[in-house]
Amino acid sequence: MSLVSRFPSHKDSIQIRQNPSVVINGLSHWFGKGSMRRMVLESISMEIDSGEVVLLTGPSGCGKTTLLTLIGALRNVQEGDLKVLGKQLFNSGRKTRQKLRRQIGMIFQGHNLLRCLTAEQNVQMGSDLLAGFSYSARRDQAREWLRAVGLHDQMSKLPHDLSGGQKQRVAIARALAARPKLLLADEPTAALDSVTGREIVDLLKRLALEQSISVLMVTHDPRILDVADRLLQMEDGKLVPSYG
Amino acid sequence: MKLTILQGRKIPLAWLLLSRQPLRLFVALAGICFAGILMFMQLGFRDGLFDASVTVHKLFDADLVLMSPRSMSSISMSGFPRRRLIQAMAHPDVLGITPVNWNFLLWRNPQTLSTRSILALGFEPNDSLLIDPELSRKAQALKSRGRVLFDELSRNEFGPIPLWFREGRIIETELAGKRVRVAGLVSLGPSFGADGNILTSRETFLELLPSTPPGSIELGLVRLNPEVDSEIVAASLSASLPSDVKVLTKNDFVEFEKNYWRTSTSIGFIFSLGAAMGFVVGCVIVYQILYSDVSDHLPEYATLMAMGYRLKTLFGVVAREGILLAVMGYLPAYAAGQGLYSLVRNFTKLPVNMDPERAILVFIMILFMCMGSALVAMRRLVDADPAEIF
Repeated sequence: MSLVSRFPSHKDSIQIRQNPSVVINGLSHWFGKGSMRRMVLESISMEIDSGEVVLLTGPSGCGKTTLLTLIGALRNVQEGDLKVLGKQLFNSGRKTRQKLRRQIGMIFQGHNLLRCLTAEQNVQMGSDLLAGFSYSARRDQAREWLRAVGLHDQMSKLPHDLSGGQKQRVAIARALAARPKLLLADEPTAALDSVTGREIVDLLKRLALEQSISVLMVTHDPRILDVADRLLQMEDGKLVPSYG
Repeated sequence: MKLTILQGRKIPLAWLLLSRQPLRLFVALAGICFAGILMFMQLGFRDGLFDASVTVHKLFDADLVLMSPRSMSSISMSGFPRRRLIQAMAHPDVLGITPVNWNFLLWRNPQTLSTRSILALGFEPNDSLLIDPELSRKAQALKSRGRVLFDELSRNEFGPIPLWFREGRIIETELAGKRVRVAGLVSLGPSFGADGNILTSRETFLELLPSTPPGSIELGLVRLNPEVDSEIVAASLSASLPSDVKVLTKNDFVEFEKNYWRTSTSIGFIFSLGAAMGFVVGCVIVYQILYSDVSDHLPEYATLMAMGYRLKTLFGVVAREGILLAVMGYLPAYAAGQGLYSLVRNFTKLPVNMDPERAILVFIMILFMCMGSALVAMRRLVDADPAEIF
């Protein structure tokens, strides 16, 4: 509460900017309780403009994933100001976060596809979140997305019949099928070999540009840093002032 | 309207979750089916036994029944003065009466020569006894002495009487130590108290059982003017007749008998308990299946929540799994129930039928079982934390 009042002019300052997708101001986060309480994020402040591709790197355990889950509206904000797509997440309700999540595409390290659904059905779980389309329109969209990620001939395969790269492509198609305005990716290339990883990142970048989606990607992979418009580095829960 | 239905259509996740794990689905369905069959059998036996206690009662051509207040059930009928039935005739709405003698006699199986107790009904062959219109023709044969009509649905222990009779053989055997001849076949059915039935004339009956006082009968059938309410007539007869006789409507007579078996025996409790066991076993199986299904797919449910699906939607998926299991488990249980009922009918000659009320009751129990288990399994869903999947 006190932090919000500490930045009285904040609201006005956003509107002057060209609608950034993510605005973070003094965001801190702790894990654990009592004496076990440990700070994982310390006064993070940053912005992601719409259409920007931002890469977040840093040693493991530095709080990158925590930041990602906070931006993805998967966790409660404990302290600080976090606005995603114009929605304040500090003190937000479960319902607000659930609705916001529909506008955020997420790509996980493990692809997290539904094992019982075919590639096409998995992607349609994404497009089913869109209101106002008939079933067949949503199915057609799902097929379009699979075509866009180059899997038009694997549509009716179950995840366990697909290779790692193919699964990750399905996951990308699923994330994009919900037409998000912001895409969060947590080490999407970690489980892939270098060539496939490169392909996936290029694909992500191209599709994000086409749809003018902002992307925040956490990665360890030094080979893909060049796709970023901006690089952020984290260490011990803090953003390291860097080039970019 | 059609458009909104089309727009609302989603991937049938519940069905896919179940059908893409055929082994688990099979185990779940086998469990539900087993529970369903158990409930069908136990409730079927229970209702069948109660219904069986009144197979003959239902067939009487009567609106009102007079019986002794000391009669407790079909297996312990006491006599009352026949005069009471004649007195009832005085009521303007009474159209006809039939005095009936009712007792158990020893029948000798003509093939094995062993004896067994059979229910014998004695009546005047010219009176109407049963609803069956054929009977008045067949009853003419009873006018000769020592003739009986044998119930072809009687249990086989009484001998192959129907078969022999149809082959044209003359069947003479011993009833209560006296020679009788089978003069025809009727169709009544064994009841709980009686494994078989024979009909005979009042005259033969008294000869077979000379200890019966001639002025005493066990049952008086009264037929009324069809336009009057039998309850009202029963009340007015009851008021005008002395207290050595009881007036019941036919429905009350049937209920009186069923009630005896329901309250004076533990049949109802035993079979209801059996059905409850089936229910509990089914609950445990369905709960196990649904709980492990939700647990196995927890990361996937969490992913869906991270994508923006509501917890309520996910609850809906589990609930639909419950409904699907209920329907898919019920259908084979119903079919198996039908088959087993006909098996039971053939072997025990008890009137065990798939009546719609029981079919619905068992379905509701199965639905309740599946939905209850789904509801408990849903609690596991709350543990699906989308923040944990990154």
